Amino acid sequence: MTSYFKPAATLLLLMTIITGGFYPALVTLLAQSVFPAQANGSLIRDKQGQAIGSTQIGQGFSQARYFWGRPSATAPYPYNATASGGSNLGPTNPALRDAVAQRIQALQQLDPDNHAPVPVDLVTASASGLDPQISIAAANYQIKRVAEARRLPESKVRDLVDSHIEPRQWRVFGEPRVNVLGLNLALDAAAQTSRP
Amino acid sequence: MNEAGFLQILIYLTALLVLSKPLGVYMARVYQDESIVANTWFAGLERGLYRLCGIQDKQDMRWQQYAGALLVFNLLGLLVVYGLQTCQDLLPLNPQALPALASDSALNTAISFATNTNWQGYAGEASMSYLTQMLGLTVQNFLSAASGMAVLVALIRGFSRRNTSSIGNFWVDMTRTTLYILLPLSLLLAIALVGQGVVQTFDPYATVKLQEPLTYTTPAVDADGHTVLDAQGQPLTQTQQSQEQSLALGPAASQIAIKQLGTNGGGFFNANSAHPYENPTPLSNFLEMLAILLIPAALCHTFGFLVGDSRQGWTLLAAMTLVFVALIFVTVPAEQHGNPALTGLGIDQTASNQQPGGNMEGKEARFGIVNSALWAVATTAASNGSVNAMHDSFTPIGGMMPMWLIQLGEVIFGGVGSGLYGMIVFALVAVFIAGLMIGRTPEYLGKKIEAFEMQMAAVIILIPPLLVLGGTALAVMTEAGKASILNPGAHGFSEVLYALSSAGNNNGSAFAGLSANVPFYNYLLGLAMLVSRYGLMIPVLAIAGSLAAKKHVPVGPGTLPTHTPLFAVLLIITVLMVGALTFVPALALGPIVEQLHMLAHP
Repeated sequence: MTSYFKPAATLLLLMTIITGGFYPALVTLLAQSVFPAQANGSLIRDKQGQAIGSTQIGQGFSQARYFWGRPSATAPYPYNATASGGSNLGPTNPALRDAVAQRIQALQQLDPDNHAPVPVDLVTASASGLDPQISIAAANYQIKRVAEARRLPESKVRDLVDSHIEPRQWRVFGEPRVNVLGLNLALDAAAQTSRP
Repeated sequence: MNEAGFLQILIYLTALLVLSKPLGVYMARVYQDESIVANTWFAGLERGLYRLCGIQDKQDMRWQQYAGALLVFNLLGLLVVYGLQTCQDLLPLNPQALPALASDSALNTAISFATNTNWQGYAGEASMSYLTQMLGLTVQNFLSAASGMAVLVALIRGFSRRNTSSIGNFWVDMTRTTLYILLPLSLLLAIALVGQGVVQTFDPYATVKLQEPLTYTTPAVDADGHTVLDAQGQPLTQTQQSQEQSLALGPAASQIAIKQLGTNGGGFFNANSAHPYENPTPLSNFLEMLAILLIPAALCHTFGFLVGDSRQGWTLLAAMTLVFVALIFVTVPAEQHGNPALTGLGIDQTASNQQPGGNMEGKEARFGIVNSALWAVATTAASNGSVNAMHDSFTPIGGMMPMWLIQLGEVIFGGVGSGLYGMIVFALVAVFIAGLMIGRTPEYLGKKIEAFEMQMAAVIILIPPLLVLGGTALAVMTEAGKASILNPGAHGFSEVLYALSSAGNNNGSAFAGLSANVPFYNYLLGLAMLVSRYGLMIPVLAIAGSLAAKKHVPVGPGTLPTHTPLFAVLLIITVLMVGALTFVPALALGPIVEQLHMLAHP
């Protein structure tokens, strides 16, 4: 066995330099020069240049005037982007049913006249706890509430939602969806421009 | 399943099968020692590496030497990963000043990455420094994958060579796999992933201003870190406010590319490929999913090419693909059907062009049901173990399929190298059974299969079930084992069975509700990973050595053709029989009971 030690140790060292040093450094160099925005987290900046979010990472919303995203199971608070993860609740766990019931109640409390069934993705926790998007159905479900809370005509909010729908990528891949933070930022921007 | 879902599965399978052929032939060339890169600086780099290491690259090894070199190389790699984790607080490239890891966790992770399991006991963004991720985890992602592929090539040489004691040179197979196969593919995939939004930076975590300020409560702790209790003995809570969100970043793309290609699966972030920075778009999801099965599928062609009969490779690939497709069409409908326990609450689980519907707990909106279920089947067919949805929250049948695929011994594509050498061992068993039926000495690819090969094959097939069932029994009989369970009832048992299945077959995925980062599971699962990796590799190399020494038997009238649909069916039956007979009783206590329970009490 000892005769293998020298080649093994030297080869491990050299391979560590190649695959653990050179390779990530080369990818970083290429990434930072070709796709700098994506490589640094797809950050959204306001007019002053301050980072106010990422197109890829969701934020928590609980006010009636904002669209809400997927429930997040991260600890100790939702949408903790330094501790990603799901609830891991099993399908028959009573805690799952309770959590879903509670989320439905929270939605209906702010929207008592809405008796439509709630789209499932709006009341179930995402896998990452950071899901930036919801289904089109989940966005449509909230239009009336947001419009009323902002005293905007429903049609205007609906137009904003429609303009934020991301279709299947290349018309084939994934699911059609709506980016919640992007939509909410657009809502706030619309409110500012319509002010006298 | 709707048309869009069906179309995505079809595109996936087509892309996989179309790409596997050219890559398989290319890899065969790499191993054939035809200098595909002769006269380039790459060839010079390869020669330079051998010279620096004192490796005699023209000198072939007997199987014992091959195994010895592999074991020493893997052991040293394991120690480096352990060392990096336990002193990362003293090392550079740790912008978040993360502390060193506990020794049981560090040992588990070191074993996990050296054995190509990549079980994630740790939470990447909360515990691993950039340096540990790069020099420890990324490096082992490459080297453990290359080790598996080297053992496969050695086994193939057992068939293609005759009357010799040598099965190749481990150092050369390892080096060529890394330089000519894994590195170029990873580089391409990593850049493509960054284009989709996977992060790749050495900067510290970013801070962004929240649109809606956050209020949350945490348990109050005193200066020593103990929870403060009130007069009634209830833990006190304190309300906290935050205007900011901290976004974990890092050199992720470079690691994720090899994590997918090398059937490794250990994520850069805790949520693995469900994390938007690890798998941001449906296209990145498609590429990562393709990368899971690409090399394992292509190696079937490499095998056919190297034994001089491409039909042999097609037969194994066909057997794998048939089982794979069948299980996709069980898992996707199970998840799409939704969760009957939630009906009556006033929710809509029906798929439409407005929403994916179905069982969305633990799934991401951009992937929906189809891509989450398809990934779950692919990642457990291969011993990859990365996830883009939380398997623990799958429906009982939807979660049982990934678990059973792991239990089949990771031979339906399986790990890079390890999946195909496992499948070849099953092929030996299949020709042996057929030989018994017709009363002839079994042969495979012109080599007589005799008592020694069958003894080794028996060891290889028996070790994983022993680890899985024995380990599960031990865990559910001890308090330490039961304390980590999250979900009540039969599902809790499934969590333990899944964990042992995953470690005992070097998969690495989890029913992640199980709190596995405790000494009991870190040691138990670490042991299972070690035994299932090397306890299988060594007998495989022994078979390789034994076969290489044999002479070639010409095809006779009594030879069972092994390139026919009939043989593919025989092979599938062998794999499924062993897998079903061994695990149905255990599965009956977990997912099957849970399914019945769910249907009875909606």
